[in-house]
Amino acid sequence: MIKKPEHGMTVIVKTVTRYTDVLILMFGMYFIFNGHLTHGGGFVGGIIVALSFIHVMLAFGKEVALKRVTERIIKLCVGLGAISFLLIGIIGFTKGAFLYNFFRKPGVDYIGEPFSLFSSGIMPLMNVAICLAVASGFYAIFIALVVYKIGKRR
Amino acid sequence: MIQVRILLVMMIIGAAIAIGSTDLICAIVALGVVGLGISLIFLLLQAPDLAILQLVVEIMSLVIMIRAFGMKDTVNIRERRFIATSISVILMGFFLVFSMAAIFEIPRFGSPLMKTSLFYLRNGFRQTGVPNMVSAIILDYRSLDMLGQVVIAFSAAIGLVLIGRKKIHASTANRAEREQK
Repeated sequence: MIKKPEHGMTVIVKTVTRYTDVLILMFGMYFIFNGHLTHGGGFVGGIIVALSFIHVMLAFGKEVALKRVTERIIKLCVGLGAISFLLIGIIGFTKGAFLYNFFRKPGVDYIGEPFSLFSSGIMPLMNVAICLAVASGFYAIFIALVVYKIGKRR
Repeated sequence: MIQVRILLVMMIIGAAIAIGSTDLICAIVALGVVGLGISLIFLLLQAPDLAILQLVVEIMSLVIMIRAFGMKDTVNIRERRFIATSISVILMGFFLVFSMAAIFEIPRFGSPLMKTSLFYLRNGFRQTGVPNMVSAIILDYRSLDMLGQVVIAFSAAIGLVLIGRKKIHASTANRAEREQK
């Protein structure tokens, strides 16, 4: 990626991006998976994940950024996030109500062990679904502004 | 809460500069002051969750707005329209009078109405088992609202992709340039 000087910004920006981009992605992932324990959640983490992808696109140019993660995959992820949130809600019908926490056992107050990573039922799954919809949605908006050109009126 | 008031004055000045300036880049940067002020106010009111979100959204919208408007030629509107301006000023005056009457009805700053939120604070951890009370409310008690928010984000993205989906291929772009010559 770094050997194509004609695309993107200078070598300094590209080198810094190679080291910091993974850290930004990890920070977003931390926010998503700890959304039910500390501050954060699906929206914040999703936007940080989208920013890490935008970082790559700004530094290396749109050809490099769209080579692996193509537009088709991004459009698929937008739909997948919204649909999976709805599916989690619909599965709740098997235990009684829409968006019911279906890991809940009757008569027990807490779901799982409190303050542990795998607890509280469907909330981490909902955070992941929200992250998919928000991250790929914002990235799709950015791509729509960068790649697509609106035709000139004659 | 003197810090919050200083930040509010700064935000109002930033918004006024953003409206009044004739340069688009200057207006976008002045608009960033408003978002940064909101982020700092959330931090002072002990909501670091919203502060992080506001800061990240502000950076993102700055990138998108500079990408969308930065390359365009700036347009200066010099035409003055007295009738429209005076009507809008009168309507703003009415709005301010009625909103002052509404503001005196609101409970004072720092002493909120704790009817439903007290129930959440007392029973939220026991009923859901989640230490983060914001997550407990938005993902368990009010998860139907969250569904609506996801649908809004989804439809915004799909709508923008749908509007701008027409790619210009190189051949048609060259042909359009030749036709213009």
